[in-house]
Amino acid sequence: MISFQAVTKKFSTNITALEGINLEIQNGEFIFLVGPSGAGKSTLLHLLTREYKPSEGKIIVNDLEPSKLKPSQIPDYRRRIGFVFQDFKLLDDRTVWENVALALQVRGMPEAEIAKEVDRVLKLFEIWERRSLFPRQLSGGEAQRTAIARAIVGKPSILLADEPTGDLDPQTASSVIKLLEEVNSWGTTVLMATHNREIVDNAKRRVVTLKGGQIVKDTQEGKYEVH
Amino acid sequence: MKFTKFVRKNIRRTPYQAIAALMVMFLTFIIVSVFSLLTLGSQKILSFYESKPQAIAFFKDRTTAQDVKAIENSLEQTGKISNFKYVSQDEALQIYRDRNKNNPMLLELVTANILPASLEISTKSPEDLNMVAQIVKKEPVVEDVVFREDVVASLTQATHLIRVVGGGVTAFLMVFSILLIVMIIGFKIRLKRDEIEIMKLLGASAWFIRIPYILEGITYAVAGAVLAWVVSFAALWQLQPLLATLLGEAAQNILPVSPIFALELLGAELVLAVLVGGLGSLAALRRYLHL
Repeated sequence: MISFQAVTKKFSTNITALEGINLEIQNGEFIFLVGPSGAGKSTLLHLLTREYKPSEGKIIVNDLEPSKLKPSQIPDYRRRIGFVFQDFKLLDDRTVWENVALALQVRGMPEAEIAKEVDRVLKLFEIWERRSLFPRQLSGGEAQRTAIARAIVGKPSILLADEPTGDLDPQTASSVIKLLEEVNSWGTTVLMATHNREIVDNAKRRVVTLKGGQIVKDTQEGKYEVH
Repeated sequence: MKFTKFVRKNIRRTPYQAIAALMVMFLTFIIVSVFSLLTLGSQKILSFYESKPQAIAFFKDRTTAQDVKAIENSLEQTGKISNFKYVSQDEALQIYRDRNKNNPMLLELVTANILPASLEISTKSPEDLNMVAQIVKKEPVVEDVVFREDVVASLTQATHLIRVVGGGVTAFLMVFSILLIVMIIGFKIRLKRDEIEIMKLLGASAWFIRIPYILEGITYAVAGAVLAWVVSFAALWQLQPLLATLLGEAAQNILPVSPIFALELLGAELVLAVLVGGLGSLAALRRYLHL
Protein backbone atom coordinates (compact mmCIF):
# COMPACT_ATOMS: atom_id res chain seq x y z
CA MET A 1 0.00 0.00 0.00
CA ILE A 2 1.11 3.56 -0.71
CA SER A 3 0.13 6.29 1.72
CA PHE A 4 0.76 10.02 1.48
CA GLN A 5 0.08 11.69 4.84
CA ALA A 6 -0.12 15.51 4.74
CA VAL A 7 2.81 15.61 2.31
CA THR A 8 4.19 18.98 1.25
CA LYS A 9 7.14 19.46 -1.08
CA LYS A 10 8.80 22.84 -1.34
CA PHE A 11 11.78 23.49 -3.64
CA SER A 12 12.56 26.81 -2.03
CA THR A 13 10.77 29.15 0.32
CA ASN A 14 8.53 30.45 -2.45
CA ILE A 15 8.09 27.39 -4.72
CA THR A 16 5.65 24.82 -3.37
CA ALA A 17 5.21 21.85 -5.71
CA LEU A 18 2.84 19.85 -3.48
CA GLU A 19 0.91 20.91 -0.43
CA GLY A 20 -0.90 18.82 2.17
CA ILE A 21 -1.31 15.72 0.01
CA ASN A 22 -3.31 12.89 1.59
CA LEU A 23 -3.64 9.86 -0.64
CA GLU A 24 -4.11 6.15 -0.05
CA ILE A 25 -3.40 3.68 -2.85
CA GLN A 26 -4.19 0.00 -2.39
CA ASN A 27 -2.02 -2.76 -3.81
CA GLY A 28 -3.00 -3.65 -7.34
CA GLU A 29 -4.81 -0.38 -8.12
CA PHE A 30 -4.50 1.46 -11.46
CA ILE A 31 -4.61 5.21 -10.92
CA PHE A 32 -4.43 8.13 -13.31
CA LEU A 33 -2.85 11.33 -12.03
CA VAL A 34 -4.16 14.24 -14.05
CA GLY A 35 -3.83 17.98 -13.87
CA PRO A 36 -2.38 20.94 -15.76
CA SER A 37 1.36 21.32 -16.23
CA GLY A 38 3.01 22.30 -12.96
CA ALA A 39 0.22 20.75 -10.88
CA GLY A 40 2.73 18.48 -9.09
CA LYS A 41 2.12 15.13 -10.84
CA SER A 42 5.78 14.45 -11.62
CA THR A 43 6.88 15.67 -8.19
CA LEU A 44 4.52 13.15 -6.60
CA LEU A 45 6.06 10.33 -8.66
CA HIS A 46 9.61 11.47 -7.87
CA LEU A 47 8.76 11.48 -4.16
CA LEU A 48 7.84 7.82 -4.52
CA THR A 49 11.17 6.96 -6.17
CA ARG A 50 12.93 8.80 -3.34
CA GLU A 51 14.59 11.24 -5.71
CA TYR A 52 13.01 13.88 -3.48
CA LYS A 53 12.18 13.86 0.19
CA PRO A 54 8.97 15.49 1.42
CA SER A 55 9.46 18.86 3.12
CA GLU A 56 6.62 18.00 5.49
CA GLY A 57 4.46 14.94 6.11
CA LYS A 58 5.11 11.28 5.61
CA ILE A 59 5.07 8.78 2.75
CA ILE A 60 4.70 5.07 3.43
CA VAL A 61 5.34 2.51 0.68
CA ASN A 62 4.65 -1.11 1.65
CA ASP A 63 5.51 -0.45 5.32
CA LEU A 64 8.67 1.47 4.42
CA GLU A 65 9.19 5.20 4.83
CA PRO A 66 11.44 6.11 1.86
CA SER A 67 12.60 9.41 3.34
CA LYS A 68 14.05 7.55 6.32
CA LEU A 69 16.10 5.13 4.23
CA LYS A 70 19.89 5.30 4.44
CA PRO A 71 21.62 6.02 1.08
CA SER A 72 22.80 2.39 0.97
CA GLN A 73 19.18 1.16 1.26
CA ILE A 74 17.79 3.29 -1.56
CA PRO A 75 18.93 1.06 -4.48
CA ASP A 76 17.16 -1.94 -2.95
CA TYR A 77 14.01 0.14 -2.41
CA ARG A 78 14.07 1.37 -6.03
CA ARG A 79 14.27 -2.19 -7.34
CA ARG A 80 10.71 -2.64 -6.07
CA ILE A 81 9.49 0.24 -8.24
CA GLY A 82 9.41 0.39 -12.03
CA PHE A 83 9.52 3.78 -13.77
CA VAL A 84 8.44 4.67 -17.32
CA PHE A 85 9.16 8.09 -18.83
CA GLN A 86 7.58 10.12 -21.62
CA ASP A 87 10.91 10.24 -23.50
CA PHE A 88 11.60 6.52 -22.78
CA LYS A 89 15.08 7.20 -21.36
CA LEU A 90 16.60 4.19 -23.05
CA LEU A 91 20.39 4.02 -23.21
CA ASP A 92 21.37 4.87 -26.79
CA ASP A 93 24.49 2.71 -26.91
CA ARG A 94 22.72 -0.45 -25.77
CA THR A 95 20.43 -2.70 -27.75
CA VAL A 96 16.82 -3.40 -26.76
CA TRP A 97 17.96 -6.62 -25.08
CA GLU A 98 20.80 -4.87 -23.19
CA ASN A 99 18.52 -2.06 -22.04
CA VAL A 100 16.09 -4.52 -20.51
CA ALA A 101 18.88 -6.66 -19.07
CA LEU A 102 20.38 -3.64 -17.29
CA ALA A 103 17.49 -3.62 -14.81
CA LEU A 104 18.50 -7.12 -13.71
CA GLN A 105 22.25 -6.60 -13.93
CA VAL A 106 22.09 -3.82 -11.34
CA ARG A 107 20.61 -6.40 -8.96
CA GLY A 108 23.59 -8.69 -9.43
CA MET A 109 21.45 -11.47 -10.91
CA PRO A 110 23.38 -14.35 -12.58
CA GLU A 111 23.78 -13.90 -16.34
CA ALA A 112 21.89 -17.13 -17.19
CA GLU A 113 18.85 -16.01 -15.20
CA ILE A 114 19.02 -12.54 -16.75
CA ALA A 115 19.00 -14.04 -20.22
CA LYS A 116 16.00 -16.22 -19.40
CA GLU A 117 13.96 -13.38 -17.87
CA VAL A 118 14.81 -10.82 -20.56
CA ASP A 119 13.91 -13.26 -23.34
CA ARG A 120 10.61 -14.04 -21.63
CA VAL A 121 9.61 -10.37 -21.23
CA LEU A 122 10.68 -9.37 -24.75
CA LYS A 123 8.55 -12.17 -26.20
CA LEU A 124 5.64 -11.22 -23.97
CA PHE A 125 5.82 -7.59 -25.12
CA GLU A 126 6.27 -8.63 -28.76
CA ILE A 127 9.62 -6.91 -29.20
CA TRP A 128 11.71 -10.09 -29.29
CA GLU A 129 12.44 -9.58 -32.98
CA ARG A 130 13.76 -6.09 -32.25
CA ARG A 131 16.11 -7.27 -29.50
CA SER A 132 19.32 -6.49 -31.42
CA LEU A 133 18.28 -2.99 -32.49
CA PHE A 134 19.40 0.22 -30.84
CA PRO A 135 16.84 2.75 -29.53
CA ARG A 136 17.32 5.09 -32.50
CA GLN A 137 16.23 2.27 -34.80
CA LEU A 138 12.88 1.78 -33.01
CA SER A 139 9.48 3.39 -33.53
CA GLY A 140 7.98 5.35 -30.61
CA GLY A 141 5.72 2.44 -29.68
CA GLU A 142 8.57 -0.05 -29.76
CA ALA A 143 10.75 2.24 -27.66
CA GLN A 144 8.00 2.62 -25.07
CA ARG A 145 7.40 -1.14 -25.02
CA THR A 146 11.11 -1.59 -24.39
CA ALA A 147 10.98 0.99 -21.59
CA ILE A 148 8.01 -0.77 -19.99
CA ALA A 149 9.74 -4.13 -20.38
CA ARG A 150 12.78 -2.70 -18.61
CA ALA A 151 10.56 -1.30 -15.85
CA ILE A 152 8.76 -4.57 -15.15
CA VAL A 153 11.39 -7.24 -15.86
CA GLY A 154 12.45 -7.13 -12.20
CA LYS A 155 8.84 -7.81 -11.13
CA PRO A 156 8.31 -4.57 -9.18
CA SER A 157 5.21 -4.22 -7.01
CA ILE A 158 4.66 -0.63 -8.21
CA LEU A 159 4.92 0.82 -11.71
CA LEU A 160 5.13 4.60 -12.08
CA ALA A 161 4.56 6.09 -15.52
CA ASP A 162 5.17 9.78 -16.20
CA GLU A 163 3.19 10.68 -19.33
CA PRO A 164 4.20 7.46 -21.13
CA THR A 165 1.95 8.22 -24.11
CA GLY A 166 2.97 11.87 -24.45
CA ASP A 167 5.14 11.32 -27.51
CA LEU A 168 2.97 8.66 -29.17
CA ASP A 169 0.22 8.69 -31.77
CA PRO A 170 -3.29 7.71 -30.50
CA GLN A 171 -3.13 4.14 -31.79
CA THR A 172 0.29 3.45 -30.28
CA ALA A 173 -0.74 5.22 -27.07
CA SER A 174 -3.73 2.90 -26.81
CA SER A 175 -1.50 -0.17 -27.22
CA VAL A 176 0.82 1.13 -24.48
CA ILE A 177 -2.16 1.55 -22.13
CA LYS A 178 -3.24 -2.02 -22.90
CA LEU A 179 0.23 -3.12 -21.94
CA LEU A 180 0.09 -1.19 -18.66
CA GLU A 181 -3.33 -2.71 -17.95
CA GLU A 182 -1.88 -6.15 -18.54
CA VAL A 183 0.94 -5.39 -16.11
CA ASN A 184 -1.70 -4.19 -13.63
CA SER A 185 -3.63 -7.45 -14.10
CA TRP A 186 -0.59 -9.31 -12.67
CA GLY A 187 -1.15 -7.44 -9.38
CA THR A 188 1.27 -4.54 -9.99
CA THR A 189 0.08 -1.17 -8.70
CA VAL A 190 0.18 1.31 -11.61
CA LEU A 191 0.32 5.06 -11.08
CA MET A 192 0.26 6.99 -14.34
CA ALA A 193 0.51 10.76 -14.83
CA THR A 194 -1.09 11.85 -18.09
CA HIS A 195 -2.65 14.67 -20.11
CA ASN A 196 -4.44 12.25 -22.43
CA ARG A 197 -8.20 12.80 -21.98
CA GLU A 198 -9.28 9.97 -24.27
CA ILE A 199 -7.21 7.36 -22.48
CA VAL A 200 -8.41 8.43 -19.04
CA ASP A 201 -12.07 8.60 -20.06
CA ASN A 202 -12.02 5.20 -21.77
CA ALA A 203 -10.14 3.40 -19.01
CA LYS A 204 -12.77 3.92 -16.30
CA ARG A 205 -10.17 3.79 -13.55
CA ARG A 206 -9.56 5.83 -10.41
CA VAL A 207 -8.56 9.39 -11.33
CA VAL A 208 -6.74 11.75 -8.95
CA THR A 209 -6.77 15.35 -10.12
CA LEU A 210 -4.09 17.75 -8.97
CA LYS A 211 -4.08 21.51 -9.27
CA GLY A 212 -1.61 23.97 -7.79
CA GLY A 213 0.07 21.19 -5.83
CA GLN A 214 -3.13 20.01 -4.15
CA ILE A 215 -5.56 17.16 -4.79
CA VAL A 216 -8.77 18.71 -6.00
CA LYS A 217 -10.60 15.54 -6.96
CA ASP A 218 -10.25 11.78 -6.37
CA THR A 219 -12.85 9.68 -8.16
CA GLN A 220 -13.27 5.94 -8.75
CA GLU A 221 -13.99 5.34 -12.47
CA GLY A 222 -13.32 9.02 -12.97
CA LYS A 223 -13.02 11.26 -16.00
CA TYR A 224 -10.38 13.68 -17.19
CA GLU A 225 -11.60 16.97 -15.75
CA VAL A 226 -8.89 19.56 -15.85
CA HIS A 227 -9.73 23.23 -16.14
CA MET B 1 32.58 -9.35 -17.25
CA LYS B 2 29.82 -6.74 -17.58
CA PHE B 3 32.19 -4.09 -16.17
CA THR B 4 35.02 -4.89 -18.58
CA LYS B 5 32.56 -4.69 -21.47
CA PHE B 6 31.45 -1.27 -20.25
CA VAL B 7 35.07 -0.11 -19.96
CA ARG B 8 35.92 -1.35 -23.48
CA LYS B 9 32.89 0.45 -24.88
CA ASN B 10 33.70 3.62 -22.97
CA ILE B 11 37.27 3.69 -24.25
CA ARG B 12 36.21 2.99 -27.84
CA ARG B 13 33.66 5.81 -27.76
CA THR B 14 36.26 8.48 -26.91
CA PRO B 15 39.41 7.29 -28.70
CA TYR B 16 41.29 10.61 -28.63
CA GLN B 17 40.96 10.93 -24.87
CA ALA B 18 42.02 7.32 -24.51
CA ILE B 19 45.12 7.93 -26.65
CA ALA B 20 45.97 11.11 -24.70
CA ALA B 21 45.63 9.24 -21.40
CA LEU B 22 47.71 6.34 -22.68
CA MET B 23 50.47 8.67 -23.93
CA VAL B 24 50.72 10.57 -20.65
CA MET B 25 50.75 7.32 -18.69
CA PHE B 26 53.40 5.95 -21.05
CA LEU B 27 55.52 9.08 -20.54
CA THR B 28 55.17 8.84 -16.76
CA PHE B 29 56.09 5.18 -16.60
CA ILE B 30 58.91 5.39 -19.13
CA ILE B 31 60.44 8.01 -16.82
CA VAL B 32 59.86 5.68 -13.86
CA SER B 33 61.53 2.82 -15.76
CA VAL B 34 64.49 4.90 -16.95
CA PHE B 35 65.19 6.38 -13.52
CA SER B 36 64.77 3.00 -11.84
CA LEU B 37 67.29 1.48 -14.25
CA LEU B 38 69.66 4.43 -13.80
CA THR B 39 69.40 4.24 -10.01
CA LEU B 40 70.00 0.50 -10.01
CA GLY B 41 72.84 0.83 -12.53
CA SER B 42 74.64 3.63 -10.68
CA GLN B 43 74.18 1.78 -7.39
CA LYS B 44 75.74 -1.35 -8.86
CA ILE B 45 78.64 0.59 -10.42
CA LEU B 46 79.20 2.30 -7.10
CA SER B 47 79.27 -0.97 -5.21
CA PHE B 48 81.61 -2.37 -7.86
CA TYR B 49 84.10 0.43 -7.19
CA GLU B 50 83.51 0.24 -3.46
CA SER B 51 84.33 -3.47 -3.52
CA LYS B 52 87.68 -2.72 -5.18
CA PRO B 53 90.65 -1.61 -3.05
CA GLN B 54 90.07 2.05 -2.65
CA ALA B 55 93.58 2.96 -1.56
CA ILE B 56 96.89 1.27 -2.25
CA ALA B 57 99.96 1.98 -0.10
CA PHE B 58 103.24 1.13 -1.85
CA PHE B 59 106.10 0.11 0.43
CA LYS B 60 109.78 1.06 0.18
CA ASP B 61 112.29 -1.70 -0.42
CA ARG B 62 113.33 -3.68 2.61
CA THR B 63 110.03 -3.17 4.41
CA THR B 64 109.65 -6.01 6.89
CA ALA B 65 106.63 -8.09 7.75
CA GLN B 66 106.63 -6.46 11.21
CA ASP B 67 106.40 -3.00 9.61
CA VAL B 68 103.38 -4.11 7.58
CA LYS B 69 101.79 -5.72 10.63
CA ALA B 70 102.25 -2.48 12.60
CA ILE B 71 100.51 -0.47 9.88
CA GLU B 72 97.65 -2.99 9.73
CA ASN B 73 97.21 -2.73 13.49
CA SER B 74 97.11 1.05 13.47
CA LEU B 75 94.55 0.95 10.61
CA GLU B 76 92.37 -1.55 12.46
CA GLN B 77 92.31 0.73 15.46
CA THR B 78 90.61 3.48 13.40
CA GLY B 79 87.50 1.30 13.04
CA LYS B 80 86.99 2.70 9.51
CA ILE B 81 88.48 -0.18 7.56
CA SER B 82 86.35 -2.81 5.89
CA ASN B 83 89.20 -4.84 4.38
CA PHE B 84 92.93 -4.85 3.58
CA LYS B 85 95.21 -7.17 1.70
CA TYR B 86 99.01 -7.35 1.54
CA VAL B 87 100.36 -7.86 -2.02
CA SER B 88 103.98 -9.06 -2.08
CA GLN B 89 106.43 -8.21 -4.89
CA ASP B 90 105.93 -11.69 -6.39
CA GLU B 91 102.16 -11.33 -6.29
CA ALA B 92 102.47 -7.88 -7.86
CA LEU B 93 104.51 -9.38 -10.66
CA GLN B 94 101.88 -12.07 -11.20
CA ILE B 95 99.14 -9.42 -11.42
CA TYR B 96 101.29 -7.43 -13.84
CA ARG B 97 101.82 -10.51 -15.99
CA ASP B 98 98.12 -11.31 -16.05
CA ARG B 99 97.22 -7.82 -17.14
CA ASN B 100 99.86 -7.63 -19.84
CA LYS B 101 99.87 -11.20 -21.06
CA ASN B 102 99.24 -10.03 -24.62
CA ASN B 103 102.28 -7.78 -24.67
CA PRO B 104 105.49 -9.89 -24.37
CA MET B 105 107.74 -6.84 -24.64
CA LEU B 106 106.33 -5.33 -21.46
CA LEU B 107 106.68 -8.67 -19.69
CA GLU B 108 110.35 -8.97 -20.58
CA LEU B 109 111.27 -5.59 -19.09
CA VAL B 110 109.79 -6.16 -15.65
CA THR B 111 111.01 -8.28 -12.75
CA ALA B 112 109.72 -8.71 -9.21
CA ASN B 113 112.39 -6.36 -7.85
CA ILE B 114 111.04 -3.40 -9.83
CA LEU B 115 107.52 -3.76 -8.49
CA PRO B 116 106.95 -2.65 -4.91
CA ALA B 117 105.00 -4.64 -2.33
CA SER B 118 101.73 -2.93 -1.40
CA LEU B 119 98.76 -2.90 0.97
CA GLU B 120 95.29 -2.66 -0.64
CA ILE B 121 92.88 -0.93 1.71
CA SER B 122 89.07 -0.62 1.56
CA THR B 123 87.20 1.69 3.93
CA LYS B 124 83.65 1.19 5.17
CA SER B 125 82.70 4.62 3.85
CA PRO B 126 84.32 6.51 0.94
CA GLU B 127 84.40 9.69 3.08
CA ASP B 128 86.99 8.08 5.38
CA LEU B 129 89.39 7.33 2.59
CA ASN B 130 91.29 10.62 2.80
CA MET B 131 91.82 10.30 6.56
CA VAL B 132 93.06 6.72 6.21
CA ALA B 133 95.42 7.74 3.39
CA GLN B 134 96.92 10.48 5.58
CA ILE B 135 97.60 7.99 8.41
CA VAL B 136 99.33 5.58 6.07
CA LYS B 137 101.36 8.31 4.34
CA LYS B 138 102.96 9.24 7.65
CA GLU B 139 104.51 5.78 7.98
CA PRO B 140 108.25 5.94 7.11
CA VAL B 141 108.15 2.61 5.21
CA VAL B 142 105.43 3.87 2.83
CA GLU B 143 106.70 5.28 -0.44
CA ASP B 144 103.38 6.51 -1.85
CA VAL B 145 99.60 6.16 -1.47
CA VAL B 146 97.17 6.22 -4.41
CA PHE B 147 93.43 6.12 -3.96
CA ARG B 148 90.21 6.22 -5.96
CA GLU B 149 88.50 8.82 -3.82
CA ASP B 150 87.44 10.91 -6.84
CA VAL B 151 85.74 8.06 -8.70
CA VAL B 152 83.79 6.88 -5.67
CA ALA B 153 82.88 10.40 -4.55
CA SER B 154 81.67 11.33 -8.05
CA LEU B 155 79.65 8.14 -8.30
CA THR B 156 78.12 8.69 -4.86
CA GLN B 157 77.17 12.19 -5.92
CA ALA B 158 75.78 11.00 -9.26
CA THR B 159 73.70 8.26 -7.60
CA HIS B 160 72.31 10.79 -5.16
CA LEU B 161 71.52 13.20 -7.98
CA ILE B 162 69.78 10.50 -10.03
CA ARG B 163 67.64 9.59 -7.01
CA VAL B 164 66.67 13.19 -6.28
CA VAL B 165 66.01 14.22 -9.89
CA GLY B 166 64.28 10.90 -10.67
CA GLY B 167 62.13 11.15 -7.56
CA GLY B 168 61.21 14.76 -8.31
CA VAL B 169 60.36 14.19 -11.99
CA THR B 170 58.45 11.00 -11.16
CA ALA B 171 56.44 12.73 -8.41
CA PHE B 172 55.61 15.61 -10.77
CA LEU B 173 54.50 13.23 -13.54
CA MET B 174 52.47 11.13 -11.08
CA VAL B 175 50.52 14.20 -9.97
CA PHE B 176 50.09 15.24 -13.61
CA SER B 177 48.84 11.75 -14.52
CA ILE B 178 46.38 11.66 -11.63
CA LEU B 179 45.02 15.08 -12.67
CA LEU B 180 44.65 13.91 -16.27
CA ILE B 181 42.69 10.85 -15.12
CA VAL B 182 40.50 13.15 -12.99
CA MET B 183 39.80 15.30 -16.08
CA ILE B 184 39.06 12.38 -18.41
CA ILE B 185 36.91 10.40 -15.98
CA GLY B 186 35.17 13.63 -14.90
CA PHE B 187 34.35 14.34 -18.54
CA LYS B 188 32.99 10.82 -19.01
CA ILE B 189 30.80 11.15 -15.91
CA ARG B 190 29.33 14.42 -17.19
CA LEU B 191 28.82 12.87 -20.62
CA LYS B 192 26.89 9.98 -19.05
CA ARG B 193 24.88 11.97 -16.55
CA ASP B 194 21.54 10.79 -17.99
CA GLU B 195 22.68 7.19 -18.07
CA ILE B 196 23.78 7.41 -14.45
CA GLU B 197 20.39 8.87 -13.46
CA ILE B 198 18.60 5.99 -15.22
CA MET B 199 20.83 3.43 -13.53
CA LYS B 200 20.09 5.01 -10.15
CA LEU B 201 16.35 4.78 -10.82
CA LEU B 202 16.74 1.14 -11.83
CA GLY B 203 18.22 0.48 -8.40
CA ALA B 204 21.93 0.38 -9.23
CA SER B 205 24.08 0.61 -6.12
CA ALA B 206 26.66 3.37 -5.84
CA TRP B 207 29.51 0.93 -6.43
CA PHE B 208 27.80 -0.64 -9.45
CA ILE B 209 27.91 2.82 -11.01
CA ARG B 210 31.41 3.71 -9.75
CA ILE B 211 33.35 0.51 -10.55
CA PRO B 212 33.43 0.90 -14.37
CA TYR B 213 34.89 4.42 -14.03
CA ILE B 214 37.53 3.23 -11.56
CA LEU B 215 38.41 0.33 -13.88
CA GLU B 216 38.66 2.71 -16.83
CA GLY B 217 41.18 4.93 -15.00
CA ILE B 218 43.19 1.89 -13.94
CA THR B 219 43.10 0.50 -17.50
CA TYR B 220 44.75 3.66 -18.90
CA ALA B 221 47.46 3.60 -16.23
CA VAL B 222 48.17 -0.14 -16.47
CA ALA B 223 48.30 -0.04 -20.29
CA GLY B 224 50.72 2.92 -20.13
CA ALA B 225 52.88 1.15 -17.55
CA VAL B 226 53.11 -2.13 -19.49
CA LEU B 227 53.90 -0.30 -22.73
CA ALA B 228 56.60 1.78 -21.00
CA TRP B 229 58.13 -1.32 -19.41
CA VAL B 230 58.28 -3.15 -22.75
CA VAL B 231 59.80 -0.15 -24.55
CA SER B 232 62.38 0.59 -21.84
CA PHE B 233 63.63 -3.00 -21.67
CA ALA B 234 63.65 -3.32 -25.46
CA ALA B 235 65.78 -0.16 -25.61
CA LEU B 236 68.08 -1.49 -22.89
CA TRP B 237 68.48 -4.74 -24.83
CA GLN B 238 69.48 -2.78 -27.92
CA LEU B 239 71.90 -0.55 -26.01
CA GLN B 240 73.55 -3.41 -24.10
CA PRO B 241 76.67 -3.74 -26.37
CA LEU B 242 77.24 0.03 -26.30
CA LEU B 243 76.87 0.16 -22.50
CA ALA B 244 79.24 -2.76 -22.09
CA THR B 245 81.90 -0.85 -24.05
CA LEU B 246 81.32 2.40 -22.20
CA LEU B 247 81.31 0.94 -18.70
CA GLY B 248 84.20 -1.44 -19.24
CA GLU B 249 84.98 -3.60 -16.23
CA ALA B 250 82.02 -2.23 -14.22
CA ALA B 251 79.52 -3.50 -16.82
CA GLN B 252 79.89 -7.08 -15.61
CA ASN B 253 78.16 -6.00 -12.40
CA ILE B 254 75.11 -4.73 -14.29
CA LEU B 255 74.68 -6.49 -17.61
CA PRO B 256 72.72 -8.40 -18.58
CA VAL B 257 69.93 -6.99 -16.40
CA SER B 258 68.52 -9.72 -14.20
CA PRO B 259 65.09 -11.01 -15.33
CA ILE B 260 64.08 -11.05 -11.65
CA PHE B 261 64.75 -7.31 -11.44
CA ALA B 262 62.82 -6.74 -14.70
CA LEU B 263 59.81 -8.60 -13.28
CA GLU B 264 60.11 -6.81 -9.94
CA LEU B 265 60.11 -3.48 -11.74
CA LEU B 266 57.06 -4.53 -13.78
CA GLY B 267 55.29 -5.55 -10.57
CA ALA B 268 56.15 -2.27 -8.87
CA GLU B 269 55.01 -0.26 -11.90
CA LEU B 270 51.72 -2.17 -12.05
CA VAL B 271 51.08 -1.43 -8.38
CA LEU B 272 51.91 2.22 -9.02
CA ALA B 273 49.63 2.23 -12.09
CA VAL B 274 46.72 0.83 -10.11
CA LEU B 275 47.32 3.52 -7.49
CA VAL B 276 47.55 6.36 -10.04
CA GLY B 277 44.53 5.19 -12.06
CA GLY B 278 42.49 4.32 -9.00
CA LEU B 279 43.26 7.54 -7.15
CA GLY B 280 42.54 9.66 -10.24
CA SER B 281 39.23 7.91 -10.85
CA LEU B 282 38.20 8.10 -7.20
CA ALA B 283 39.00 11.82 -7.10
CA ALA B 284 36.88 12.34 -10.25
CA LEU B 285 33.99 10.33 -8.77
CA ARG B 286 34.18 12.34 -5.57
CA ARG B 287 34.18 15.60 -7.50
CA TYR B 288 31.64 14.87 -10.25
CA LEU B 289 29.45 11.92 -9.22
CA HIS B 290 26.99 12.59 -6.47
CA LEU B 291 25.03 9.46 -5.69
